Amino acid sequence: MTSFDAIVIGGGHNGLVCASFLARSGRKVLVLEAESEVGGAGRGLEFAPGFRVSMAHLLNRLHPEIIRVLELEKHGFAPPMAVASGSTPTPNPSPQGGGGLAAVRLPQDLDKFEQEAATSSPSPLRGGVRGGGTSLAPNVVLSANADPLVLTGAYGETLDGISPAGAREWAEVRAQLFRYAGILKPLLARRPPALGGMALAETAALAITGLSLKRLGKEDMRDFLRVLLMNVADFVDEGLSDDRLKGLLAFDAVLGSHLGPRSPTSLLGLYYRLTGEIGGLPGAQLQPPGGMGAVMAALRKATERAGAAIRTGSAVGRILVENGRAAGVALADGEEIRAATVISAANPRTTFVDLVGSRHLDTGFVRRVQNIRMKGHAAKLHLALDRAPEFLGLPPEHRRGRLVIAPSTDYVEFAFNPSKYGEFSPEPAMEITLPSLDDPSLAPVGACVLSATVLYAPYALKEGWESGKPKLLEAILLVLERHAPGLRKTILHSELLTPVDIEQRYRMPGGHWHHGELQADQMLMSRPVFGAEGYDTPIDGLFLAGAGSHPGGGISGVPGMNAAKRILGMKA
Amino acid sequence: MKSWDAIVVGAGHNGLVNACYLQRAGLDVLVVEKNEWVGGAAVSRSLTPGFLYSNCSYVCSLFRPEIMRDLELPKFGLQVISYEGGAVFTRDGDYLANYRDHHAHRREFARFSRKDAEAYDRYARDVTRQCRFIQPLLMRTAPDPTSLKPRDIGELLYLGRKFAGLGAREMADTLRFWTMSISDFLDEYFETDVIKANFALSGIIGTALGPMSPGTAYVLLHHYMGEVDGSVGAWGYARGGMGAITKALADSFRASGGTIRTEAEVERILVGNGRAGGVVLAGGEEVRAKLVVSNADVKRTFLKFVEEKELPDIFLRRVKNFRMRGSSGKVNIALDSMPEFPALPPDSPCLRADMHFTDSVERMERAYDDWKAGRWSADPFLDMVIPTTLDPTMAPPGKHFMSCFVQYCPPKVEGRDWTDADRDAFGETVISQIADYSPGFRDRIVHMEIRTPRELEAEVGLTEGNIFQGELTFDQLLFNRPVPGYAQYRSPIGGLYICGSSTHPGGGVMGAPGRNAATEILRDLKRGVKHMSPAHDVI
Amino acid sequence: MRHFDGKCLSTRRALQPHFRKLKLDSPFQPRLDALNLQQAWYDWAGYKAPSALWDEELEYFAIRSQAAVFDISPMVKYRIEGEDAEAFLDRLTLRDVTKLKPGRVHYTAWCDDDGFVLDDGTLFRLSPTRFRLCCQERHLPWLLDSAPGFEVEIEEETETVAGLALQGPTSWSVLNAAGFAGSEKLKPFDIASFPHADGEVTISRTGFTGDLGYELFVDAKNALPLWDRLFEAGKLFGVRAIGYHALNTARIEAGLIVANADFVTAEHAIRQDRVRMPDEIGLGFMVDLKKPGYFNGRHAIENARKKGGPAHVLVGLEIEGNVPAEHAIVYHRKTREVGLVSAAIWSPLAKRNIAIVSLQRDYGKDGTADLWVEIYAMRELQYVRLMKRAKVVPRPFVKLDRRAATPPGAF
Repeated sequence: MTSFDAIVIGGGHNGLVCASFLARSGRKVLVLEAESEVGGAGRGLEFAPGFRVSMAHLLNRLHPEIIRVLELEKHGFAPPMAVASGSTPTPNPSPQGGGGLAAVRLPQDLDKFEQEAATSSPSPLRGGVRGGGTSLAPNVVLSANADPLVLTGAYGETLDGISPAGAREWAEVRAQLFRYAGILKPLLARRPPALGGMALAETAALAITGLSLKRLGKEDMRDFLRVLLMNVADFVDEGLSDDRLKGLLAFDAVLGSHLGPRSPTSLLGLYYRLTGEIGGLPGAQLQPPGGMGAVMAALRKATERAGAAIRTGSAVGRILVENGRAAGVALADGEEIRAATVISAANPRTTFVDLVGSRHLDTGFVRRVQNIRMKGHAAKLHLALDRAPEFLGLPPEHRRGRLVIAPSTDYVEFAFNPSKYGEFSPEPAMEITLPSLDDPSLAPVGACVLSATVLYAPYALKEGWESGKPKLLEAILLVLERHAPGLRKTILHSELLTPVDIEQRYRMPGGHWHHGELQADQMLMSRPVFGAEGYDTPIDGLFLAGAGSHPGGGISGVPGMNAAKRILGMKA
Repeated sequence: MKSWDAIVVGAGHNGLVNACYLQRAGLDVLVVEKNEWVGGAAVSRSLTPGFLYSNCSYVCSLFRPEIMRDLELPKFGLQVISYEGGAVFTRDGDYLANYRDHHAHRREFARFSRKDAEAYDRYARDVTRQCRFIQPLLMRTAPDPTSLKPRDIGELLYLGRKFAGLGAREMADTLRFWTMSISDFLDEYFETDVIKANFALSGIIGTALGPMSPGTAYVLLHHYMGEVDGSVGAWGYARGGMGAITKALADSFRASGGTIRTEAEVERILVGNGRAGGVVLAGGEEVRAKLVVSNADVKRTFLKFVEEKELPDIFLRRVKNFRMRGSSGKVNIALDSMPEFPALPPDSPCLRADMHFTDSVERMERAYDDWKAGRWSADPFLDMVIPTTLDPTMAPPGKHFMSCFVQYCPPKVEGRDWTDADRDAFGETVISQIADYSPGFRDRIVHMEIRTPRELEAEVGLTEGNIFQGELTFDQLLFNRPVPGYAQYRSPIGGLYICGSSTHPGGGVMGAPGRNAATEILRDLKRGVKHMSPAHDVI
Repeated sequence: MRHFDGKCLSTRRALQPHFRKLKLDSPFQPRLDALNLQQAWYDWAGYKAPSALWDEELEYFAIRSQAAVFDISPMVKYRIEGEDAEAFLDRLTLRDVTKLKPGRVHYTAWCDDDGFVLDDGTLFRLSPTRFRLCCQERHLPWLLDSAPGFEVEIEEETETVAGLALQGPTSWSVLNAAGFAGSEKLKPFDIASFPHADGEVTISRTGFTGDLGYELFVDAKNALPLWDRLFEAGKLFGVRAIGYHALNTARIEAGLIVANADFVTAEHAIRQDRVRMPDEIGLGFMVDLKKPGYFNGRHAIENARKKGGPAHVLVGLEIEGNVPAEHAIVYHRKTREVGLVSAAIWSPLAKRNIAIVSLQRDYGKDGTADLWVEIYAMRELQYVRLMKRAKVVPRPFVKLDRRAATPPGAF
């Protein structure tokens, strides 16, 4: 039998990234995936005959170092690498001027801010440039009371459908947001700073943050400190007057967490979103060709090429702990596989309570793990449509963007209210993508896949999801129909995943894609809990590498990468 | 024309505290007050014969004992009486009481859950630790983190050392505590709804937040860090109503030679060459002074009393963005007899303390949802006390004064101004909630005063009726309070200071802002502060 | 595991009037009331407990010369039962519970994650799957939060189980006369059950006096008959009821510590430097690093030992003179403050002035450090300040052969 240095539990993107980095450094690594396919929430699934989709449908934060080191471009993930590998950019066709208002270019000095905020070099993908076959997906805010607002480029470098005054406000707020997000970026990219007895090397993240804070200038620094833990609703009210823009920012700030726009600290969620980048462009997003499944396939290839073994269909039943040390795993069928290092990319509660077992841990630690808040609040809708839908007032070419139904801050806030009491939003907010427009292989010819993340759908629905699910579907379709009249009649098949479904399908407790609320009190050294922060755990030889660890979820790969670096650094 | 050394605008408790300290440092101080009485939001008013209402603030705990002692308030009649912990009535006809006796408290909680009853010890320990961390910060000026002045760096180091002294585990706990919602925080200790509601109320009183809003765990401290005679977290009644505090302050001020002018509403603060030189009263009278201290909130001070052109844009923008949305109302009731609450045993000490009807965090949060939508809560949260059970001076024998603090109550009703009809309807919501638990309650009412944010703004001068002179969210605390760069009681205008609850450490009848402002003013004047006793030790 | 006790409204209502009586009665209250000539009571965990009944000094001599009965019903007691009870307790506490056989008791302690002592107490193994944990403080949340992953039932039985400590040279004679045949076979830390009234009484050879003695546990409803049975049988053996002061003198002589008197329990310490590891309060012997499983605080304790051991030590001190040094400060060379006395008496049995103290580690070595105790003795409204030489001595301060003799002697 082959012996392994390290076993990675869970073949989601973080598990794969972690395994790749370890394998590239010469470790013998085995990835164990419970499902028949790796990729976790990024794997593509056929939800109706001929229609494929993945739970995660947008790429906006896959870390550039991962793309570079794992040479993902060689393994079939071309588009962003077209930039990083230095392919010649095509000139930028001017954004389409749809609707009544002309497209408004933002002031030039924005570029300067972005360069400060970005860690990699500026990218030719900017402003809707096509690079290697895929371009950035615009953001589109749909509103029942106004024309759609289109934000093109990396998070709205240009706006379409807004007054010049509104565009000026946006330019300022956008620059401010990127400036501040840029300060937090090193904190989110590295291992979280430790509180007690910090090693010199570990102060790096704090030092860089401190330095960039100093660079801001006094008044900007004051505002940064003031707004840091503010709610997004008040923040946008200070600088913006367009409801659609406010609604978008509010939506992006709370997407994936149990907060409303008026909840203090909700602005952090927006920073988190804006620290992501694609092709060196902070805030950019794209719909990967072939869907997220293709990204996962590239990661799988990279992992295998790095020398790691992958076993699918191998659910781990238990992490073996001997004399306080991890010694390997026992599969659900009883097979034992031994290794000195075990890395869990699974949810932290699953890892500690189910796989390790509380008898190997301190009571206070288990108590904290049990207290991690991780009840999901988002549902995922997949529609198989017989043709591409048409949205009111939206030029068809913008349909390939991310369409957001969050026409105002209050819309999102009032959608949030019922979720606090275990009820779903009667008027849900949502983000919609039509992945098959970019990649026709995802649907039969002429047909269309609609993928939507829907807020709010609480994991613990009071009435239970059996009876609640059809009601939520109806509520969603009513909203959709309002913005895309006639859409209902084109539905061939629908699949609504509630947090409970997501929990079961993707083995994410609570159906929470961050593996735990991403709120201020569960961030940095408190992520997932004090005592297991920074990827170490109380069990020697056991590490965490999933979204439950710093910095959090989304297809970033950062927890996986950082965990690998931590492990490699320890042995060195 | 006489020129005063200092004019204090507004005779609220912080204005008076400030004025007392300045006067005792040898300054010639004038306090101007728009109402015909002093006290701001700490008053006792007789609105119906024989009764005194603490018609704004109604209970006392936070007022700093150092100030009571420095200003000899007991000599001027101030007496604070502790009371027993209160009760939450449950909808099923039971109640949850808070008893002072440790074991009675435990046994009471154990009626609902044994686990929660014992978890209380750990909860109390953890909250006490947070209180002990924050308490020494109350009587200190917040440092400016962007400043390189030795004093700011020194204060930052003090904060840093205090924080580092906590140990890694407690540092993490503290960071979490400051950013958590009270509801999430309580979930980590308790499993019973009514027990959580019993504690959650301290996280929301006075704030425009619901118990599920992050940051409300911190607000809890604003209700726990006070004391009565060294008993930290205890609450009491000021004998004679809350006006007894400001009356004692005013008497102390006058006794030390200070002057108070009532019915002297400030229209404008005189500014020339970037310096404050006095005030203009309604009617046009100018009163000159070397410096002006405003007890009014930061918005009123800089957006109403001072012309925009005198202020830097960035300061003005930040003041405009300062949030002080009113979230509470008040119903003051004169009763011709003691109301009965059949759920409570007739000899329950809870009748002499604070009583509540909101028995779940969800009800509290739903009350907040109404406020977000611009309505007063249909099922409001009430903090109800009957001070006359311990203080015979506020009503004729056998009759009672009842104070109901009500949350939530918006500064505007669905975007429009309050009307009298709205106010009465709001009052009715409160009365009907009480009457649900107290049969015959309506018949005992002799007189009633209903106060919405409109009344609080009009009479007390609190912008939007916010009782803390500004919300207690992170973006408005410590060096951010009231606005970054001006958190040290000074303003962009030379000789103009602010000393109200808009400044650090914030609201509550605490007096700390008034005292801290006096410290800064005397520092600028290079005067001694020997008449200010050092902050009490936290040992 | 959720523990709702008060879901039912009528149950909750029936308990409402508890506020009228701030101190609970013990199941033995009628007997205590009758004997408490002093009417001197103190609060023990919410119960009304006697501090002295007729004369605290004379009560002490009942312990050392005859047989003393002390009501231990207020002691916090948990029933811990189930298939995994042994594993649960092995993870919870410091000592190896797999070595504790049914019918045996051991003295143990348990810690939080950081290795700080939450409490100490006695663990009774009543059967392979049933235990009783007795201690000073209440720990239900900690016990329940330690339970996930174990098949175990946890229930507080403080109110339902009454307890009596029967201590002193004639204590076995009293048991024997009361008809508890076979009690002579009990070795120290043995447990056995005996029929009593319509149920049974559990008798362990344990105690808090360092003397020959037993503890008896009985269903609360059978408490008074047990009292009467002992007092009837004990007439000829001088059985007397005693209060806490007498017991306290005996326990200090025996060198035994009391939670929240001699150390602060971790869940109650507000000041973070007040908590103590087992090594710091003389309980290091309990820490069983050889047991295979993990136990709460193990990592922290191991790490602390690796880093050079405890910051404090708890030791016995013998002080010159005869003035008890309670809560006095201990100095090195009369100048440097190095510790604090938590309990002190003039020992009637050892005829020495003794104390239990917490010292900075380096000053705790037997007999070598130059230690002084500063005693402030209030005498007729004036402090007499004494600076007395002291030395570290082994605990217990008195050792009685009769404590462990099996079969026990008649006197």
